[in-house]
This record gives sequence, C-alpha cells and structure tokens, in this order.
Amino acid sequence: MNMVYTEKYLKEKLTQELDAVHVEVTDESDGCGAKFSVLIVSDKFKGKPLLARHRLVNTLLQEELKTIHAFTQKTLTVDQWKTQ
Amino acid sequence: MNTLVRRSFQAFNTTLKISCRAFSEAGINDKIEKIVKNNKVVVFMKGVPDAPRCGFSNAVVQIMRMHAVPYESHDVLSDENLRQGIKDYSNWPTIPQVFINGEFVGGCDIMLQMHQSGELIEELKKVGIKSALLTAEEAKQGEKKN
Repeated sequence: MNMVYTEKYLKEKLTQELDAVHVEVTDESDGCGAKFSVLIVSDKFKGKPLLARHRLVNTLLQEELKTIHAFTQKTLTVDQWKTQ
Repeated sequence: MNTLVRRSFQAFNTTLKISCRAFSEAGINDKIEKIVKNNKVVVFMKGVPDAPRCGFSNAVVQIMRMHAVPYESHDVLSDENLRQGIKDYSNWPTIPQVFINGEFVGGCDIMLQMHQSGELIEELKKVGIKSALLTAEEAKQGEKKN
C-alpha cells in the first residue's frame, strides 16, 4: 500500500531530523501527496555544497520519495535565510 | 517426479533471472560511465530537448538553451534499463540528471540555483564552454566602454 504523505508529516520530520529553524512544505498535488516543494532552513547545511545538502534531504526522505513523484527543495543555512 | 523437475527448474529459472539482472546492471553502469566520460555535458531526461515530457526536464533544457551549452541528451522514457540504471549510478532519486565532465552535478533544483547564482557559468568555464550569457554580458560591457 502506498502511503500518502501530508505537508504536516513532512514538516515535522524535516524539522526534527535536521534541527531546522524554519521549514515550509507546500503540497502542489492538490492533496494526492505526489508533488511537494520544500524550503528548509538549518545550520546542518553549514559548510555543505548544494549537492551535499540535497543528498542529505533525499537520504532522510528515502522511503517517502518512493511515492512522492516530484520534489523541489531549497536548502538554506540560517545566515543565508536572513540575508535573503 | 514431474513436480520435482518443475520445482528445480523454477529454482534454476530464478537463479538465471537474478544473475541476468546483475549482469544487466553491470552492463548499464559501464554504458553510463562511457556516456558521461565521453561528453562534457550530458543530460538524462524525460523526452527529448525538442519535446520534453516533464516540466523539470523542460526547465533544464531551457537553462541549457539560455547558456547555449552543447550537450548530449538521453531519454530515460525510451529505455527502462537506463531509467533505473541512472538513479543507481548517481545515487539520486529523480530525473532529470545533469553531468559535467563525468561528474554528477544535480537535478533541476540545483541547475536552477546554479543558473541564478552564476555558478553555472563558472562550472562551464572549467570544462572550456563559454556560456552565451557571459558572451552577451561582455558585449554589453564593450558597448559601454566605446
């Protein structure tokens, strides 16, 4: 059975696993849970190039990404977020 | 007796399938390695540049077009083996995937952010490709001076 993921579920998981200070999750699939876009602000990204940041998130959501068909991510450190 | 033969045949058949699969995986890895090592820029996408079949693949095509990057593209929708193979090769769960100089660079999000930050121009420069955006910028600067 395929699990249907929600904005709330993803937000809680990402916030917890990444010690994120800010997470925005947008379900762009009209609720079927197949298309999400996320903004994650965490100092766990500090010193990591973009590819490494995205790999970190992909690894955390390994199970979820099997059913989430489209996933857009933006990964910022706290400093980057403030200056944005 | 008949059942026994059938059973052992099934077992044999399963083994055969597994080893074939392992063999084809090794094959696709070598094939991908050759593709990405023999071309400066490679895009694995859904559809072809003239007719992308996914918004994310389309975005990458548009970025490449803006920078006038010559690249080789491979349609994963026409090759199921490649579709899974490329994900395993780069350990990246989604399509499109961009390779520069044999190195996996990223998917749509990363390309878009590299395009916006100007990093893409620098990465292309490293492999001897001059972005059309840079050429346009230089032409503009030249006009100002004259």
